[in-house]
Amino acid sequence: MTLNTLRAVLFLVSFFAFSSFGFASQDIDDQDTEFNATEMIMHHVKDAHEFHIIDWNNEPITIPLPIILFTDNGLTTFMSSEFHHDDSGSYIVEKNGERFVKYHEKIYQLDAGATAVNFDDEENATNASLPLDFSITKNVFMMWVSVILILFIFISSARKYKKSNNFLPRGIASFVEPLVLFIRDEVAIPMIGEKNHRKFMPFLLSVFFFIWINNIFGLIPILNGANVSGNIAFTLALALFTFMFTIFNGNKNYWKHIFWMPGVPVPMKIFLMPIEIIGMFVKPFSLTIRLFANITAGHIIILSLISLVFIFESVAIAPVSVGFSLFILIIEIVVTAIQAYIFTVLSALYIGMATEEDNH
Amino acid sequence: MTITGIAALGAGMVVIGAGLGIGKIGESAMNAMARQPEIQGKLQTSALILAAFVEAVALFGVVAAIIVK
Repeated sequence: MTLNTLRAVLFLVSFFAFSSFGFASQDIDDQDTEFNATEMIMHHVKDAHEFHIIDWNNEPITIPLPIILFTDNGLTTFMSSEFHHDDSGSYIVEKNGERFVKYHEKIYQLDAGATAVNFDDEENATNASLPLDFSITKNVFMMWVSVILILFIFISSARKYKKSNNFLPRGIASFVEPLVLFIRDEVAIPMIGEKNHRKFMPFLLSVFFFIWINNIFGLIPILNGANVSGNIAFTLALALFTFMFTIFNGNKNYWKHIFWMPGVPVPMKIFLMPIEIIGMFVKPFSLTIRLFANITAGHIIILSLISLVFIFESVAIAPVSVGFSLFILIIEIVVTAIQAYIFTVLSALYIGMATEEDNH
Repeated sequence: MTITGIAALGAGMVVIGAGLGIGKIGESAMNAMARQPEIQGKLQTSALILAAFVEAVALFGVVAAIIVK
């Protein structure tokens, strides 16, 4: 690494660290109230109905996102700005005779006559119901941004190949080509095999780049909290795709190994069957939990290191906390790529197990 | 000790196990790489995958601890 690139990297990382530091500090709106680290961290890690950018003079600046609800009377839509940044359930929005409040990022529909949402001991609303919520939330919005970015990168690199007559990569294609070749030569061919790998390359490449770009977006402080790949629904959906691929591409040999393991005595065959069936479902489950927990843990560590400043309420601790969060941020940059890679490798491994030919 | 305390202790104990497991993988991978530097790339890949498997078990524990809390 030359001195210039080193300087650029250090500058970028310190910029990220300091801007997330500034961002986190916005969460204390009142000097008198005690700083609650858990609440602040969970607020950043969870999904939201509006895109919070920064607080300016105690006024939150947000991008309003559409709220789409499916109630008993049909579809109801409005912008999240109609809640006026309220998340405590006190601001009531009235649409077509139905009244909604937002409480801890959940939208409740109030029953007739109720003016505020009440909860029993088990956190269930007593005078309100939860309508089906199809809102374009912060995570969905960021997912679309990354989809557009991926489309832009890949369509423009494909165009570069079309234009050149010697198929040498130019421009952005020279960045994409080594990654695509890496996935093909180091992941798809060793795991799935020379014969079948072409069929699964589109899936593996999509998964790899989609997870990677979403992981990177999660680390950019101004978009911090758009924790897309740290959302268990997102990782579960991706893992289910892998599961579907193994189910629908599994050959006779694969199913035989699950239901009637060849080469072992009959009592062992019966004993192995439930274990193999559970194993079939544990694979996508572990894919889900691994990505979710790794990315969420990274966000939580960075935010809790920054919270140290506000917990100790001293400037002396600030260099330590900023230094450590900078260190973790650098590690997280590596983790973004490693987690995307591991998800892809394990998907390829499971697909490879399902499509393997009988060779013994 | 409250239930949160027990959950935190459990998460910590899970991390000990994962640390030992990943340490063992790292040790063996380094040994193997020193013996046969020519297959370093292959060893790295399989070490990463194995570490991911060990880590998954640890993460199950951590997630269980979070849910209990």
